[in-house]
Amino acid sequence: MKLLVCISKAPDTTTKIAFTENNTKFNETGVQFIINPYDEWYALVRALELKESLGGTVTVINVGKSDSEQIIRKALALGADDAIRIDAEPKDAMQVASAISNYAKDKNFDIILTGKETIDYNGGIVGGMIAELLDLPYVALASKLDVDGSNLKIERELEGVKETVSLATPCVISAQKGMAEARIPNMRGILASKSKPVTVIEDNTQPKVIVKNFALPPAKTGCKMIDPENVEQLADLLHNEAKVI
Amino acid sequence: MILVLSELYNGKLKKVAHETAAYAGKMGETVAIAFGNANAGELEKLGGYGITKVIHIADPKLNNLFSKAYTKIITQTADKIGADTIVLSHDSTGKAIAPRIAVKMGATLFPGVNGLPENNILRKAVFSGKAFADLEMTGGKTVITLTPNSYKAISDGKTAGVEVQNADIQDSDFDYTIVSVEEEGGGHVPLPEAEIVVSGGRGLKGPENWGMIEDLANVLGAATACSRPVADIGWRPHHEHVGQTGITIKPTLYVAIGISGAIQHLAGVNQSKVIVVINKDPEAPFFKAADYGIVGDAFDVVPKLTEAIKKIKA
Ligand SMILES: Cc1cc2nc3c(=O)[nH]c(=O)nc-3n(C[C@H](O)[C@H](O)[C@H](O)COP(=O)(O)OP(=O)(O)OC[C@H]3O[C@@H](n4cnc5c(N)ncnc54)[C@H](O)[C@@H]3O)c2cc1C
Ligand SMILES: Nc1ncnc2c1ncn2[C@@H]1O[C@H](COP(=O)(O)O)[C@@H](O)[C@H]1O
Repeated sequence: MKLLVCISKAPDTTTKIAFTENNTKFNETGVQFIINPYDEWYALVRALELKESLGGTVTVINVGKSDSEQIIRKALALGADDAIRIDAEPKDAMQVASAISNYAKDKNFDIILTGKETIDYNGGIVGGMIAELLDLPYVALASKLDVDGSNLKIERELEGVKETVSLATPCVISAQKGMAEARIPNMRGILASKSKPVTVIEDNTQPKVIVKNFALPPAKTGCKMIDPENVEQLADLLHNEAKVI
Repeated sequence: MILVLSELYNGKLKKVAHETAAYAGKMGETVAIAFGNANAGELEKLGGYGITKVIHIADPKLNNLFSKAYTKIITQTADKIGADTIVLSHDSTGKAIAPRIAVKMGATLFPGVNGLPENNILRKAVFSGKAFADLEMTGGKTVITLTPNSYKAISDGKTAGVEVQNADIQDSDFDYTIVSVEEEGGGHVPLPEAEIVVSGGRGLKGPENWGMIEDLANVLGAATACSRPVADIGWRPHHEHVGQTGITIKPTLYVAIGISGAIQHLAGVNQSKVIVVINKDPEAPFFKAADYGIVGDAFDVVPKLTEAIKKIKA
């Protein structure tokens, strides 16, 4: 199987979010960047497992500037065979999806995997755009991916429903929790990653969506504490003050 | 002209179908489209949100989500009626098809917005609910997905005309097959749509103690959720896991019981309107994100709260 995994660079999940330049730019000072968790834990690890059991290759692709090198090396240390970095500042989903599709269109990948969503933009849309651009089937929010003869067997989570879907390759799949368990790179992987190829290519697709500015949610005004001996008061406040029950 | 997808489940309009219809209807002249089995009486209700017409593509094959077929029908219909804006819910259906529709139409996609445009700005939650981004609408064709529980649907009781149409689709537009469908959550409200969510964490000590969580959820008409470790150790099913790596929810009331309030947990629930925290540790970080709190033993507090709410509801 020839697999392509789209990985994006995301701020660590414990990051305190702040903005600079008049709330137009994310303040990266002191921020640790990681591979977007859905891309790493589920899409990449499942791709590696499929390669280990069936043979083939796993290529990771990132749209990003040279500050993506660190997350790309980590993906290689986890076991990806090679990496593509499309040298552009990722500004919106359409730009990212077009750049990845431009690269992938003549490479005959069997499966293109993305994460469910990035934890910074929370779009959940790059995978579907790639599918449409390449005219491939798309199964979103997959929590299980198995190879079943010449087909793929996928479980996807809809609201309140789990569906099992069968389809042929090539296709695009977005991955979420359940598909695999997170791995930690070992020493051998880390050493091997240093000699794995990272190809840097250009792409000039322009973004469509413009983020005018960011805002922080209003801080909570403080928590009203209720005496555990007087639980009725909580019910009363929820009913009469907050009016939510 | 706006085209809104009105999602059905077992022939009934989903809650998000009411929300997206009300949202689109408020934006401008809107036609709705619905797929699969439904009776006209149900679809007519969309008229209560200012929808002028409902196009019903009644092919039962469309009861299930097929991203390519749905995309094709929606874009064809948009062409036919001259719609330049498509509105969907930011749920599993919207996420599967909105990106395809946007590419096919050459439209700009605004995913997961929180409300109506104001001065050509659409706001969405970013950084997993820790911030908002204001996105600029620069004209041209537009696809919008609306975050569930973001827009209140209030019907004025009017009805819309329903027109059954056939779609121009081929077998090749069904590019996967659905082998089986399994209901989760025992017919309760799906978590992302729930107005009230009662959630339990590791503080509950074991799966056998969820009875009191369910009792509280039942009197509130709430869905149940849990923290990640609780799903990971198998006390609760995975589809109940909320947070950074689970589901993001936006209920009006979130009741967190025996959950410490780790930043990754908050990422999935911090858009809740009102948060209640019950925790025996006064230092639990969750109190900082809460509106109401009780420092106490859940095993003592929760049954009392259930009784108190029963009285109010009676
Ligand atoms: C990258 C990453 C992603 C993550 N994603 C998620 C996610 O999506 N969702 C998520 O939930 N977590 C996530 N986590 C885990 C998160 O960091 C916390 O570990 C987790 O949320 C803790 O779960 P908890 O509050 O149930 O358990 P604990 O932290 O163990 O808290 C239990 C709480 O129960 C209280 N308690 C104990 N007994 C009682 C009692 N009798 N009555 C009342 N209160 C009691 C305790 O005081 C304590 O505050 C993630 C972590 C990482 C690193
Ligand atoms: N800059 C990027 N480079 C590579 N893949 C990306 C990038 N941005 C997003 N993706 C992929 O697309 C998925 C969905 O992203 P989004 O639509 O932005 O939420 C992510 O989980 C990644 O797999």
